[in-house]
Amino acid sequence: MNGEVWVFAEHDWDTLQEIGIELLSKGRELADELGVALCGVLIGSDVEKHGPALFEHGADRVYVCEHKSLGAYDTVKYAKVLTDLIKKHSPQVVLYGASARGRDLAPRIASKLKVGLTADCTDLQIGDFKRPDGTLFQKILYQIRPAFGGNIIATIVTPTTRPQMATVREGVMPTPPVQHGKTGDIVREAIEIANLGNVTRILQREKKERKVNLKGARIIVSGGYGVGSRENFSLIYSLAAALGAEVGASRAAVDAGFIIKDHQVGQTGTTVRPKLYIACGISGSVQHRAGMDQSAKIVAINNDPEAPIFGIAHYGIIGDLNVVIPMLIEDIKKRRVD
Amino acid sequence: MKELSMVVLVKQVPDTQNLTGEAMKEDGTVNRAALPAIFNPEDLNALEMALDLRETYGGAVHVISMGPPSAVEVLKEALYRGADDAYLLSDRRFAGSDTLATSFALKQAVTTKFPDFDIVLCGRQAIDGDTAQVGPQTAEKLGIPQLTYVERIEEIKDGMIKARKLIDNGSELVETTLPVLLTVTDSANEPRPYLAKRLLKYRKAACGFDLPGLLSKYPQFKTAEALREHLKQKGLFIEMWGMEDIQADKEEVGFAGSPTTVKMIESISLTGKGFKKVEPTDDGIAQFVAELIEDHTW
Repeated sequence: MNGEVWVFAEHDWDTLQEIGIELLSKGRELADELGVALCGVLIGSDVEKHGPALFEHGADRVYVCEHKSLGAYDTVKYAKVLTDLIKKHSPQVVLYGASARGRDLAPRIASKLKVGLTADCTDLQIGDFKRPDGTLFQKILYQIRPAFGGNIIATIVTPTTRPQMATVREGVMPTPPVQHGKTGDIVREAIEIANLGNVTRILQREKKERKVNLKGARIIVSGGYGVGSRENFSLIYSLAAALGAEVGASRAAVDAGFIIKDHQVGQTGTTVRPKLYIACGISGSVQHRAGMDQSAKIVAINNDPEAPIFGIAHYGIIGDLNVVIPMLIEDIKKRRVD
Repeated sequence: MKELSMVVLVKQVPDTQNLTGEAMKEDGTVNRAALPAIFNPEDLNALEMALDLRETYGGAVHVISMGPPSAVEVLKEALYRGADDAYLLSDRRFAGSDTLATSFALKQAVTTKFPDFDIVLCGRQAIDGDTAQVGPQTAEKLGIPQLTYVERIEEIKDGMIKARKLIDNGSELVETTLPVLLTVTDSANEPRPYLAKRLLKYRKAACGFDLPGLLSKYPQFKTAEALREHLKQKGLFIEMWGMEDIQADKEEVGFAGSPTTVKMIESISLTGKGFKKVEPTDDGIAQFVAELIEDHTW
């Protein structure tokens, strides 16, 4: 079982999606540990042009499945193409983004191949597994994910079926460094889908630009239920403006109507890993922590010294945010003038 | 147009979204016993969509839940809200089913009991596992197209369905053929409350395993069999299906049919590495901001 490690490289609106690039960073680690090639898979009507970006982010080989009828994403057709490709080349690991599309496609393929699939992984590792009957499986994929509303972390393995497949949460894997000019093999696959008409037709698409860019933010100032009201969230906005930061929020703040859901950080919101995360009036539920605990520096401002958020904070300010935040803003503004 | 035959797949889940202190044990693990079991929220959206389609196009809404006997509670809730009938898919041999084995059992239930179905609906995902896999896997096993993240049905006509679904950066209006499987998001609708009349009627609904205990409440019936017949006639009997009833292969369900294995479960516990305390004073704040600048965080 020494097949390749594959990454399904998603593209949409004619651009390669960030998640495919993120997967290459983890994919590279896994492939090196297994001593096999890391490969990207592109499916579409005009997608070979994305090959160089995959090489420069770590892929050794890129499989290109081009056909004019594959221009628009269609679950049934894409699943057929990728299932056939997997059967032909027998990779040992296939990774997908845990995006709307990845989570639409991957289960369909797992069902066709009768193999396991772990959803929404936050980490992947290679290791051994000893089954209760004593059978030892070496160098298999540990698929690590939160479950039960983020209260537990489960390590899932699929010892006996191949490939081992997982969808991986967006934003938890770092973007790999670009290796300018790095190239690799392009493998063009002949596609036989003559007898597969359009199963699902897209009649109209509406693109909604995300006004809130939490994923790309280097600094995030987040407010929780402790902020107290929609009006008082202006404090959070002011601190964010002073720091050049994006505004985040906990689920409790969103549920209370203080701010719209686009700002929500956590298990059911966006997963972030900024350089600096300032949590204001956020108690730090497991669901929230699961979405931000990879931040490089975490600062917690809370008047409850027992708040769980302090358990993962690097800096803690125990005090009333209505007093502390204005002090912070004033100090930052002074330095700006200097 | 013929009336729609719809099957809604629902799950009873622990209420992971409203964990309280008592729901966590001293050692930090989840105390399942202390968690209320609820109707998976997005499955309610799926049921609502089916009931709404029934109002527009006519037809029947059948509800199936796979799970332990306690799942009969969500089936009763589905009846309170307006489902035509409800079925419990329960068998000890289903225990340990992962999403693949679950989708196989659900497919068997749908095809053996409702071979002429037009639409299967389920919630986008369940709040205990958050996998969103059972819907697409059931669609594949049924050999039909799927529309995931559905928000609205625009039209059903001439064997075609037009729906609006969410995608990563927006939404799409898509069209596909019937039969189809839909997974429904929480933004699709506002599930209707219990209907008082139906609540009064269906709270008496019971499953086979309830019957012996119920005999004392129905002194006019001497045997569980007689009570079963009575409840059936009243539409108050919830059928329970096991492996043989849905003609499932034992190799495809339970542990045998599940390629995934849980290697390890860890409770999330705080690292407790300690944080640097910043005094909420002008000096304390100034020192703190200076440190952020010094290590290039800001």
